[in-house]
Amino acid sequence: MEPIHALSSGLPPCGVAVIRMSGTGVFDIAQKLIGAGDLPGPRQAALRALLRPSDGKLLDRALMLTFAAPASFTGEDVVELHCHGSVAVVAGVQAALTSLGSRPAQAGEFTRRAFEAGRLDLTQAEALSDLIAAETESQRDQALAQAGGRLRSLAEKWRTQLIDISAELESGLDFSDEADVAENALAASRSSVALQQLAADMTQALATTGMAERIRHGLTIAIIGPPNAGKSSLLNNLIGREAAIVTPLAGTTRDVIEVHLDLAGRAAVLLDTAGIRDTDDPVEAEGISRARARAAAADLVIDMGPGGNVVNGIDKTGERPGRRDGRTYVSARTGEGLADLIQWLTDWAEEQIPSGEPPVVTTARQKQLVEDACIHVREAAGHGDPVLAAEALRSAAVALGQLTGQIDPETILGAIFSRFCIGK
Amino acid sequence: MIIVGAGHAGCEAACAAARMGARVALITFSRNNIGQMSCNPAIGGLGKGHLVREVDAMDGIMGKAADRAGIQFRLLNRSRGPAVQGPRAQADRRLYAAAIHELIGHSGVMVIAAEVTDIVVEQGQCRGVETSIGTIRASAVVLTSGTFLGGVMHTGEAQIAGGRVGEAGAGSLSRRLRALDLPMGRLKTGTPPRLDGRTIDWASLEVQPGDAEPSFFSALTRQTSTPQVDCHITRTTQATHDIIRDAIHMSPMYAGRIEGVGPRYCPSVEDKVMRFGDRDGHQIFLEPEGLDDPLIYPNGISTSLPQAVQVDLVRSIPGLEKARIVQAGYAVEYDHVDPRALDHSLQMKALPGLWLAGQINGTTGYEEAAAQGLVAGLNAAGARWIPGRSTSYIGVMIDDLVTHGVTEPYRMFTSRAEFRLRLRADNSDIRLTGTGLGIGCVGPDRAAHFLARKSEIDRLTRELQKVRVPGSTLPQIQSDGGVRSLWEWARYPGVDWEMLTNAAPVGDAAPDIVESVLTNARYAVYVERQEADIIRLRKDEAVIVPRGTIFSGIPGLSGEMAERLQIAAPETLGQASRVRGITPAALTALLAWLRRQQTAAA
Repeated sequence: MEPIHALSSGLPPCGVAVIRMSGTGVFDIAQKLIGAGDLPGPRQAALRALLRPSDGKLLDRALMLTFAAPASFTGEDVVELHCHGSVAVVAGVQAALTSLGSRPAQAGEFTRRAFEAGRLDLTQAEALSDLIAAETESQRDQALAQAGGRLRSLAEKWRTQLIDISAELESGLDFSDEADVAENALAASRSSVALQQLAADMTQALATTGMAERIRHGLTIAIIGPPNAGKSSLLNNLIGREAAIVTPLAGTTRDVIEVHLDLAGRAAVLLDTAGIRDTDDPVEAEGISRARARAAAADLVIDMGPGGNVVNGIDKTGERPGRRDGRTYVSARTGEGLADLIQWLTDWAEEQIPSGEPPVVTTARQKQLVEDACIHVREAAGHGDPVLAAEALRSAAVALGQLTGQIDPETILGAIFSRFCIGK
Repeated sequence: MIIVGAGHAGCEAACAAARMGARVALITFSRNNIGQMSCNPAIGGLGKGHLVREVDAMDGIMGKAADRAGIQFRLLNRSRGPAVQGPRAQADRRLYAAAIHELIGHSGVMVIAAEVTDIVVEQGQCRGVETSIGTIRASAVVLTSGTFLGGVMHTGEAQIAGGRVGEAGAGSLSRRLRALDLPMGRLKTGTPPRLDGRTIDWASLEVQPGDAEPSFFSALTRQTSTPQVDCHITRTTQATHDIIRDAIHMSPMYAGRIEGVGPRYCPSVEDKVMRFGDRDGHQIFLEPEGLDDPLIYPNGISTSLPQAVQVDLVRSIPGLEKARIVQAGYAVEYDHVDPRALDHSLQMKALPGLWLAGQINGTTGYEEAAAQGLVAGLNAAGARWIPGRSTSYIGVMIDDLVTHGVTEPYRMFTSRAEFRLRLRADNSDIRLTGTGLGIGCVGPDRAAHFLARKSEIDRLTRELQKVRVPGSTLPQIQSDGGVRSLWEWARYPGVDWEMLTNAAPVGDAAPDIVESVLTNARYAVYVERQEADIIRLRKDEAVIVPRGTIFSGIPGLSGEMAERLQIAAPETLGQASRVRGITPAALTALLAWLRRQQTAAA
């Protein structure tokens, strides 16, 4: 298929940016990018100088890897470039690839190719899309647990239990004229208990979805406070501390500042909407109202106002830095107490997303299906009419079947492909 | 057209084709065997009763004949809701055959007594049959040879070639089909010894009466045609089980003389004892073979043990201590064609012009046979009727057969239908008769009856939906519950027709109309919920897998998946999704490949 390329690592600036190419002729394109250099052999990495085709100017020195079809992620010829993660380098390399006949990949295109080449099954594809978007350790854990089939094995177990209970119910319907099938309510009451237990198990798994959402989207922290409370200084000072900062990004509106944090492996985004001002531009106004809504819905608020949880200006008041009385004392200007602030945020983040067993149900689709199944199981448990109970169980099995991907391929495909974030 | 075999599949196929206006020849060994019930003297039951109602809704003959021959009617699962209720009748064997004879006689079907020895194949098409009285040519052939293909009967160590006691097997035709290299398998079934009812101690036995209000199979039947009788029930005893255990080495099944696979749901009494040894007894229904016939069919002790053992085992059963065996039980082994070789009209994919219906396709049961006969007969006569899984049990059965094949004789169960709430015995005409009218297989009497009933159902439904009353007008509803239509109130537990009509005046309607409409109202929420599933199913059914697809070349399909698909050779993605063991990854790989083929072709 036609050559495509995309940034498959996180957004620059970052340490290393991985640009992946796939399709017919990507080896030729890679060769043109390195001029007279030798293309590394299949599944080998080599350091190469990347040159701009138009004038031969050095773009970057990058690690280049090649994978020959079909032994590659997409089943096609694949080249990976591990460049330096600056905005300029990534933009320059991508422009060079485009000029050599490759085109930027659409969302999910790599995975779709991998999938169509038979290199991935459904749950793998779904988990992998998360994996590739994963910026932090716990995101990666969760994605891997799913690729390893935690949810799948659980869903299979539920399904087996459902089948057992259904069999019991159905026997009373299809073989009620047989003496060996007890013509009584005993089976119904026994299955009702089993169904309630099953619903409870599902509910327990569902309880982990909130945590999963937080892992996937990151925790949101908003900084509030009156003008001149030191919010910008605090942010700037935080940005200076490499340990905490992942990437500063331009926000959706021009004056919202977003800082991505890595709090002991938990992704978080710090929002400062202080610079927002009212506007007559309807597009900008919409952006502003969304930004405000997001900050209002933050998981944690850093309140730098009077009586807030962060007390700024200790360099002037002479107060001791550190955490006490539910507050953190800092100086945004000198950086005093910022280590304590980070520790506080980290402790809080660990509380929100505890370590250990990663959540089972992670995507919105999975959540929907387990909820569906759970509702049907509960419904079945409550039906006095065995026919309706059996029907509810059939619906539950269908929902679980979609979870393990056993039926309805069209719907599953649509859901997955719309969710792909690979290469963007 | 030619129909080979005059059992339940053959007779139904012949009459269906005749209703379509085809010129039909029905070829059978002997005119005396038309419409024979070779197994137990009963029609219908759970799942099976639904099939008979559906055949009837297409203006078939089985329901009419069963009603005329019915000597005891019972609606099974009466306490379990309308969706799983199945009508069942004990039938007088002679009256049933006579009714079928008469219906065939009025159908315009020509009956020919001959043995079919071969099929005529020209340019890859079936064009007729060779018979003991010469070649008969036809545009289509429906083969319904039952257990007569390679049939072998076992009683103890004795083996006789044949498909039914006293009749020869169709050996030459069987050899010919084997030579055609059709995929074939071997199955077995069995019958119990037949008893002389005059030697049974009836007074000591539990009585099973029929329903006071008989539920008929045919929408056109108004009343019973014969006196009604009781059945009786007895049980095997520990003594019976000991006799069987002691003699088990003489059972052909256990001695390894039978290679065919029998059904799990209809085990021989040997199987019951060996597999469920902990039970203290197994129920036996003593079914009368007919009003003027002392013969009794003891349903539940099918056996192939030697005759002498059968005598001992029968006499160990309460009430049967002095019973005389008129005809020993036996097991039948027979050839069947793997139904995956058929398309959804039951035509051989590899040999157009040849349709197969009934036990030859690996099914068991009169009702399953008749339903297939209907489909094969209509399609062979030029109608294009592929009933769907969401509209009929017939559709469920055919899709199951051609998708999964059989590993044991296939019998209908209500749990096979994923849309069970809409596939009810009471609405079979609403589901199918309109289609039958469109095809042209429904006669004027049926059409008039159906149209009147449908308009009554529609009228009552509209009326119930229109009239709104407060909950306080219904004794069953405690608090106010708001104001709802009678249609909505009908789904509340305990609310019945009398309460509804007391709450607000509604035009009178016949009991069957009321029952159907109230059932619709009660299930409405659940049925609507399945609508999305049905739409999805139809969407997948619309994705065609080209005939002749070689699955092993498809990227992403494991060898096992490709093999499963190759054997099933599904015609649509929907059918592929139902092939057992097919994983989601395999389906999506198939879908992706189909899409790419389409893109490449476009």
